[in-house]
Amino acid sequence: MTGVLASRRSVLAGGALVVAFAMARASAGQTDAGTKLPGDLAKFPWLDSWIAVDGEGRVTVFTGKVELGQGIKTAFIQLAADELDVAPENITLVTADTARTPDEGVTAGSHSMQDSGAAIRNAAANVRLLLAQAAATRWGVPPSKVTTRAGAAHAPDGRTMGYGPLAASLSLHVAARPDAPLKSAGDRRVIGRNWPRIDIPAKLTGGQAYVHDMRPPGLLHARVARGPSDGTTLKPGDLEDVERLPGIVKVVRDGRFIAVVAEREWTAIIALRRLQAAGWERPGPALPARDLHAALRAAPSQALPVFDYPGRPAPAGSRRVAARYTRPYLMHGAIGPSCAVALWQDGTLTVWTHSQGVGPLRRSLADLLRVGPDKVRCIHVEGSGCYGHNGADDVAADAALAARAVPGHPVRLQWMREQEHGWEPLGPAMTVDLAAELDGSGHVAGWRYEMWSNEHNSRPVSAGGLLAGGEIDPPSPPQTSRPIPMPEGGADRNANPLYAFPNAQGVYHFIEAAPIRVSALRSLGAHMNVFAIESFMDELAQVAGADPVAFRLAHLQDERAKAAIARAAERFGWDSRPRGVGGRGCGFAFARYKNLAAYCAVALEVEVDRQTGRLRARRVVAAVDSGEAVNPDGLRNQIEGAIVQSLSWTTQEEAGFDALHRTSFDWSAYPILRFKDVPDSVEVEVIDRPGQPFLGAGEAGQGPTAAAIANAVADALGLRLRDMPLSPERMKSAIDA
Amino acid sequence: MSVTFTLNGATEVVDADPATPLLYVLRDHLRLNGAKYGCGLGQCGACTVLVDDRPVFSCLLPLSATRGRRVRTVEGLGAPGRLGPVQAAFEAEQAAQCGYCIAGMIMRTQALLEQSNRPTEDEVRATLSPNLCRCGTHMRILRAVRRAAVAMGGGVRDAGEPAGPA
Repeated sequence: MTGVLASRRSVLAGGALVVAFAMARASAGQTDAGTKLPGDLAKFPWLDSWIAVDGEGRVTVFTGKVELGQGIKTAFIQLAADELDVAPENITLVTADTARTPDEGVTAGSHSMQDSGAAIRNAAANVRLLLAQAAATRWGVPPSKVTTRAGAAHAPDGRTMGYGPLAASLSLHVAARPDAPLKSAGDRRVIGRNWPRIDIPAKLTGGQAYVHDMRPPGLLHARVARGPSDGTTLKPGDLEDVERLPGIVKVVRDGRFIAVVAEREWTAIIALRRLQAAGWERPGPALPARDLHAALRAAPSQALPVFDYPGRPAPAGSRRVAARYTRPYLMHGAIGPSCAVALWQDGTLTVWTHSQGVGPLRRSLADLLRVGPDKVRCIHVEGSGCYGHNGADDVAADAALAARAVPGHPVRLQWMREQEHGWEPLGPAMTVDLAAELDGSGHVAGWRYEMWSNEHNSRPVSAGGLLAGGEIDPPSPPQTSRPIPMPEGGADRNANPLYAFPNAQGVYHFIEAAPIRVSALRSLGAHMNVFAIESFMDELAQVAGADPVAFRLAHLQDERAKAAIARAAERFGWDSRPRGVGGRGCGFAFARYKNLAAYCAVALEVEVDRQTGRLRARRVVAAVDSGEAVNPDGLRNQIEGAIVQSLSWTTQEEAGFDALHRTSFDWSAYPILRFKDVPDSVEVEVIDRPGQPFLGAGEAGQGPTAAAIANAVADALGLRLRDMPLSPERMKSAIDA
Repeated sequence: MSVTFTLNGATEVVDADPATPLLYVLRDHLRLNGAKYGCGLGQCGACTVLVDDRPVFSCLLPLSATRGRRVRTVEGLGAPGRLGPVQAAFEAEQAAQCGYCIAGMIMRTQALLEQSNRPTEDEVRATLSPNLCRCGTHMRILRAVRRAAVAMGGGVRDAGEPAGPA
């Protein structure tokens, strides 16, 4: 279900806005020839937005995207190195900083390579072209005769000149052209290689690797005081008593916002515990602690068409199959609670933050502090992995309010473990109803998809999107929730199957009011939608008496999809796999992320202990096609991570709550995968396609892994589990039923 | 009140409340980055350091308990350009994504391999289980432990492989 259906949905649900936005971008990045510039060059066509070459020939590359541990810095340097003909060691990369880099929005949605990577690559090719032309002019030779290598231009007669003096004679404040020649696959020296990640050495040796590690002179430590979870408020305590504790610099209060600033970090924590001792209350309505999914389906919602393909109806006599799947609330669960360092000086604010979007954060903080955006600078510094919208933005706001109360002092504020668990926006709970008809030949003749969810995006664009915004006096108006339009989608991301069915309809029941704070968790709705679609495909294959892999291939037209499936099946040895007996079984699943990014197929074998219900993955094999692979090992690392993370989400995780508050307040109440649970082996095969566009891959593995697990469990036990997590308790009760 | 202990081979005298967890002494007083705050509850291992060669949760251990003892952190194992064998193995396997957990993983691995450079795969997994990784880098971390064991003159045994010298 591609192309036509996606654009149909765009028109049906908020599409007019998408089209207008896309056209505005296209015209901004349009060149005289009418060709669109690649990636975010279309938004920022000036070369000096991306690349600087100084008089010594040192190269600086600027990106508005951020390092989240996905290795993006290294991949960007590899791209620039090859296209500029400069050694990677001689390139400095500057990541998102509102004062220095293009505003590329949020680093999310597996967009960095196609947005920023494509821009950097083409900007670098443009700069190399300008440098070669400058040398040609200087030497009086045709530009085509000038070659470049190792940061210098070379003439046929042996004359050579470094990039430094050449750059000194050039302005890079010129618009990029879309046709600067890129290196062919045969000329790549750094692209396509497993270049070691530049960020790893500091992380292995205790270097300053994270915003948590910053210690600028005069640093003070702060903690914020809140109730135990979102929706609760702290009762007022004796702030003056806490302020009198030794080592306390200040207790900051603005409305319901309370933070404590101290000379030492441990002192701030002791003071925080005093502040929390006053107790808390829940002013709002009770949480739907019993039968969550029924409560969500009964909540007021808006039915949005996701896809509608009114083709040939199913023939009479078709067999109808139907199933319901659910996913609970999931946590991002950063290992390091969110942290920020803020400095308020001379009426301006500087924040060092691990936010995924420094531009939107800057506007939100300006709104919060009621100053112009020009008074706020946000600089990205790495944090603990976030996997989506966690506490990063909120803690930046907390640090900003604390810093404003102690001008001239940098303030480092980190959340406590129970604060991250209690306050981060969760990945939304979802329900999917699927129904299909199988015709006499065992083909899908009709497909009906219905899904209920809150939207998967509440990232801050104003103060109302920050926790502190709702606490200050007067509080900022809360942000309203709006669906992310197709083709990317939010809750409905990947709700539209890639399979070619003769008729198909999909509806997203968008629930605007969220009982619990929710937002973007890596892959958004795709984890659940692919879990449901790919579980259901196996259920249909079983009814049709078909092999699960053959059944998928029979319904696919996309050749790259078929190739990824075939590669995973072959490497796994699907055809000769051990048949599901007793407690062991094999499962398969596939998706193309967002139907427009990377292709990923996963085959795996599980073993279930029938006595305890405990599941263990034995061997996992994945094949991924993300177009041209700039750093194949980096890509493998991302997919391995996605598989293991999804194994944790799918088999263990469920954010709990009672009527009053969240009950998953630490790792004992919200267990995640530990080493004793990880698979025997995970193999990732990269299908490299040099010359093909980059297809985002960071979120491609979660959905297929989830469904492959459920399919393997069905193979092992003959039991279909449709409710995540596939926990030992669920497994055991299904076995005993 | 001051407490004296050995940190990465050098004597440190720290003047702080003896109830302060070692983690905050290392980070705030001694300005080291390796040990990380993850939970403060001994549930995640991001703060793991070695005290008298044993892995401990530095977020739970009060400063007073370190008196006269040998504390080692990831900074003591090597630096860029002269990595220790465990660090070098993690580098060679590119065994990190965000890396926030990695210093703790390295310290727990160091303690294991100093005690026995021929652990079984199951022993490695059981030993590392107190430490959480959220990026899903586990498979690479296991490969790094395997590589480090070889570099330290041993190796990780598969189930059934004899424990005797290779």
